[in-house]
Amino acid sequence: MGCRVLLSGVGGQGTILAAHILADVALASGLDVKVSEIHGMAQRGGSVTTVVTFGEVVESMVCGAGEANVLVSFDKLEALRCADDLKEGGVLIVNDEIIKPASVLTGRCPLPHDIDDVLARLGAVMVPAEAEAREAGNVKAQNIVLLGALSATLDFPETDWEGAIAASVPPKTIDVNVSAFKLGRSFMAERLTGGALR
Amino acid sequence: MADRSLLSGNEAVAAGACDACATIGVGYPGTPSTETLECFACLGGVYAEWCTNEKVALEVGLGASCAGARTLVTMKHVGVNVAADPLFTAAYTGVGGGLVLLAADDPGMHSSQNEQDSHYYGLAAHLPVMDPADSQEAYDFTRAAYGISEEFDVPVMVRSTVRISHTKTPVVRDGAETFERKPYEKRPDKWVMMPLYAKERRKDQLARIERMQAWADACPYNKTELRERSTGIICAGAVYHYVREALPEASVLKLGVTYPLPADTIAEFASAVDAVYVLEEASTYLADAVRSYGIAVTEPPCGAHRAGELSPEAIRSAFGVSQPPHPDAAENVPPRPPALCPGCPHRIVFKELSRLKAIVTGDIGCYTLGALAPLAAMDACVDMGASVSMAHGMELALADEEHRPIVGIIGDSTFGHSGLSSLVSTVYNDGAGTICILDNRTTAMTGRQGNPFNGVGLQDRPARELEIDRVVRALGVEDVRVIDPNDLDAVRSALKEATMATERLSVLIFKRPCVLLSRERTEPYFVANCTGCGVCISLGCPAIGKESETGLAYIDADMCIGCGQCAQYCRFNAIVR
Repeated sequence: MGCRVLLSGVGGQGTILAAHILADVALASGLDVKVSEIHGMAQRGGSVTTVVTFGEVVESMVCGAGEANVLVSFDKLEALRCADDLKEGGVLIVNDEIIKPASVLTGRCPLPHDIDDVLARLGAVMVPAEAEAREAGNVKAQNIVLLGALSATLDFPETDWEGAIAASVPPKTIDVNVSAFKLGRSFMAERLTGGALR
Repeated sequence: MADRSLLSGNEAVAAGACDACATIGVGYPGTPSTETLECFACLGGVYAEWCTNEKVALEVGLGASCAGARTLVTMKHVGVNVAADPLFTAAYTGVGGGLVLLAADDPGMHSSQNEQDSHYYGLAAHLPVMDPADSQEAYDFTRAAYGISEEFDVPVMVRSTVRISHTKTPVVRDGAETFERKPYEKRPDKWVMMPLYAKERRKDQLARIERMQAWADACPYNKTELRERSTGIICAGAVYHYVREALPEASVLKLGVTYPLPADTIAEFASAVDAVYVLEEASTYLADAVRSYGIAVTEPPCGAHRAGELSPEAIRSAFGVSQPPHPDAAENVPPRPPALCPGCPHRIVFKELSRLKAIVTGDIGCYTLGALAPLAAMDACVDMGASVSMAHGMELALADEEHRPIVGIIGDSTFGHSGLSSLVSTVYNDGAGTICILDNRTTAMTGRQGNPFNGVGLQDRPARELEIDRVVRALGVEDVRVIDPNDLDAVRSALKEATMATERLSVLIFKRPCVLLSRERTEPYFVANCTGCGVCISLGCPAIGKESETGLAYIDADMCIGCGQCAQYCRFNAIVR
């Protein structure tokens, strides 16, 4: 089956761009790749997931329970929502942030009090993506910080990642995005105990 | 390897049509089909346009085909219902230039009101149906479908699903073929479907089915893969890849042509395996067909999957195969349903309809989200245009009793699609009630496409903009008003006046651009001296929250676009900037 990366977040966080960059890098290394997205109603501030699967031969494009080698979540609540999709021993990378859903904003549902504990039990690596993106020069580059963190768990060459980023973002923002990528990558590299996954 | 590019199934259909020399593309936006025509429109040497609805699109496409051009027509599954009238008879007339219809189904209903299976149109109208399982097949099948359409003199349906349309997989494109448009020739016996000629074409159609049947068995699009003989699975489309992942040892008959079905191939496969299973989404189309050949179809040991999408996980469950080890699902995660955007011009209208306790018949678009809490201002939503006609039906049923105001609510593009004919019917029958047209200047839900009321064309060509208020007046509605939906007082008084006038039909046009069109922001608001009354929270704006400890409101400055809707509701003037 190869390697399956599930990116989860909230509509508008840039999960799809991050997924496409990952897919371009995998394609450039000669692998089979599938990128599955959901458009339409889900984009209006709802939960969104994008799945990138790559390997010698890729069959399914979706991700079910225990099928993700890596879960990159752009939001802590979305990490919890998708936690059972992560295979045992898989890598969990989580943006250390919560976008409160309408159900919480309006007071209809409480925010679980033990989110951080649950994520810690799941072995999550918490990435301060907002701070890192600010340091890179644009708070909107959080998706690329998280992509950088993801990249440290895969063994594609760094130059391939940078090339794919340059080809995917507006020319004026290439430098900021590459800095964001490097910050995320080195943040994750420092926390990785095992080797690369793939 | 150098020529591989990642294309979605929709992009691949567009590329396949273009490389088969289709020069005309038409359709109506609908998830998951929309990007197909947008992508086709960007390819060289083609003409593409959005039509007002799928019936019109198929008729425009049929006209182009009749005149000899190869034509692409795109729509979502429920759009095929709208286009069904010309579709059934196009299966009698056949084509001039090849005609390919993309029907994009949405099993699991990610962005649709039902999960009907378009295969039944192939069966009912006797049209060949092809099911690609990835983008390469979407490209290859679409490309081949033009030749098939011309060979059998019939439109061909390429049936996609959301997972094919919206999954990018590597595609290698061949060079474009050459196609010369045949000169137009008058053929009333082929194209004038009055009984005299239609009776003959019906015979031609039946003869064609037999020829297509033989082709389906001989064509290269159905593939038998024999592995372990104990389990034989018949499937098509994305389901093939789910089966390969979940049950890698099983024998598989992968169908690329799903109408007419390759009866001999299926029988041969069935005799080569111990048990035949049929896995499919949204219907029992394939299983019923296989049974009709006298083949026993075995139910999976742990029960068949009926509603929603299939997946490797669902297939493992059905066959009693354990799932890969994984953590338990987290409990009590607050739901995150989609919501109207911050600053959405629909919000005040729904809030006021909620205050009025109106019975609201809704329609298809972003504004269907007005049905969700806390606005919860919708009583029904069925199909394109139904808001207007169902409101009329409700008025008829409740005419003899005191009732809450009945309000139909419909978007600009949906009004152009089907609301117009519904409104004419209400006017003609001297109906009363209130119709709200939410004119946000775009077809927002599907990604902001053009429509007759914003005058935006698909390619950079001049397109005409119709003014909704003038059109509605011309249809015979006397009480027509155009209101700024961000002006609370204006919205409230217009709704009040219209709903109080129970004897007449009023049409209120709420005109303001979708916030995703301009993406303009002004200075955000903030909350000062909040009393905790909660009225701003009840607007359901994603930028407004309630502190859990104090119950006081706050505004997220990053999300607030400064529309000022909430400030108009605050009696304490606590929302300021």
